[in-house]
Amino acid sequence: MKEFEPLVFLAVFQEMLGPLLWIMLLLAVGGVAAFVLLFVREKGIDSRRLVRAELIGLLGGVAALVLMAKVTVSGFSDAGGPIDWLLVGLVWGTGLAGTTILAYGAMGWRRLLGRN
Amino acid sequence: MDWCPLIMRETILNSDKHGEQDLSAAFPERRAFLKAGLAGYGLLLVGQAEAAVPRVRTAARIVIAGAGAAGLATASRLTQRLEGAKIILLDRRKEHWYQPGLTLVAAGLKPASYVVSTTAEYLPSGVEWIEERAAQFDPEANRVVTDSGRVVPYDFLVVATGLHLDYAAVEGMDLQLIGKNGLGSVYAGPEAAFATWRAMSDFADGGGVGVFCRPATEMKCAGAPLKYAFITDDTLRRRDKRGKAELIYASNNKVLFSVPIVSEKVRMLFQDRQVKVQYEHVLSGIDPGRRVARFRTPNGVVEQPYDFINVVPPMRAPEAVRNSPLRWQQGVWANDGWMEVDRHSLRHKRFANVFGVGDVAGVPKGKTAASVKWQVPVAIDHLVASIEGKVSTASYNGYTSCPLITRLGRAMLVEFDYQDNLVPSFPGVIAPLEELWITWVMKTMALKPTYLTMLRGRS
Repeated sequence: MKEFEPLVFLAVFQEMLGPLLWIMLLLAVGGVAAFVLLFVREKGIDSRRLVRAELIGLLGGVAALVLMAKVTVSGFSDAGGPIDWLLVGLVWGTGLAGTTILAYGAMGWRRLLGRN
Repeated sequence: MDWCPLIMRETILNSDKHGEQDLSAAFPERRAFLKAGLAGYGLLLVGQAEAAVPRVRTAARIVIAGAGAAGLATASRLTQRLEGAKIILLDRRKEHWYQPGLTLVAAGLKPASYVVSTTAEYLPSGVEWIEERAAQFDPEANRVVTDSGRVVPYDFLVVATGLHLDYAAVEGMDLQLIGKNGLGSVYAGPEAAFATWRAMSDFADGGGVGVFCRPATEMKCAGAPLKYAFITDDTLRRRDKRGKAELIYASNNKVLFSVPIVSEKVRMLFQDRQVKVQYEHVLSGIDPGRRVARFRTPNGVVEQPYDFINVVPPMRAPEAVRNSPLRWQQGVWANDGWMEVDRHSLRHKRFANVFGVGDVAGVPKGKTAASVKWQVPVAIDHLVASIEGKVSTASYNGYTSCPLITRLGRAMLVEFDYQDNLVPSFPGVIAPLEELWITWVMKTMALKPTYLTMLRGRS
């Protein structure tokens, strides 16, 4: 009964994803770092690039839902109550946000590195 | 053992102050456990750091009989709490089965391999594994004798032998026939669960009479027979064959579930899904050739023809426990030889250096992996306190949980305690009697990893 909860959380995810956990964490940290560095270097957000990244993000949200459906052998059509719709929204939102950040960073760094 | 919990019984439980006091102590960790799983789908994890417990130095010799979920979780926890102890694990079987997954195998959603791993994968370092079965318990002499005749003495004993599926008590039942001629039995193991899926799938194509039942004894996860009736119903509907089938659920007593409020909910769902219910029907025999099941009822034996049946055998304590002084000497758990332990500490009532956890424990509820999760830390705390010469205040309140599948894609997260109280971990968020996708997601995504972390003593 003496536990540090985040460690339990980490242990469960390790069992769930195996080495993929670390790849995903690296991708998330790397993606956010790339985004932040780009923001600092460009001294702001490129709104046109952001819109393009958000459009890709929409597909990322859908991909997250498809992945979730595949893993759980079910789908959002099985949603039976408010918490289920919240979960659908969270999965989609996570996919959207993650893909948007990655896409924005990738496009920005591609342009910067291409210019150099 | 299933993750699911549900022990149908006719025993009237005594509510006592002790049990009520347990709630506050037991909830934080249970919530942490579920939240850890829920965080997998994006919900907030509310973390709270707690101090690590210093290890206790001892030369105690501790024997764990059985390397299933309870035995392995016990071994892991003991190695974390003790330093210098001689810990011995007794079990002949090399395979480890993730039994909560058997229902998913029998639903055709997972292969048989989904539930199979090896004991060696979870064996903590420093634990000696004797690959022999505990055949005889001699608590007066503080020793266990294995099936090879080897004598293993102990200072403390944790009995985690699981239970015995008494298929022989169902006259005419032949395990070799599972999967053939409409005969299914989810409990008999991974291959049997997959063979049951084949038989159920054939039935879902052809229609006819499907029969589901549960034994009159204590059992692993009493929700599992209900789940399989719901899964079969849904499989028929998905194939547009529900109109060609009649589904019958034969309950051993006058209810569908030991917790009254859950029983009533299941009754309503069965009515909605047009599953007929026959009360006070106990499977006594089967004629696989003629596809006829025999049920013992208050009006005598009745025959029930079937096109598909899910046989759930009577369950008893393993012979070694049943024939030992460890069994209950009187009362409702005496006949089937369940271990006489205190329901709150899991300590044997007559042999203070002996504990019983998991399926074999003679307690009102708890033949599930969820129960193991909450029983083991309590039993270990009492054992370690005894080594230290202290008294533990840890207490198990009977908490168990069951993602009760009501169709493919939805389940109800039923959590309750010794007193038949519903004890939802997320009141107002995940309603216990509501069919939800999030509960299904927990069952299919988060429970196996959570179970494995439990074996490793990490949750």
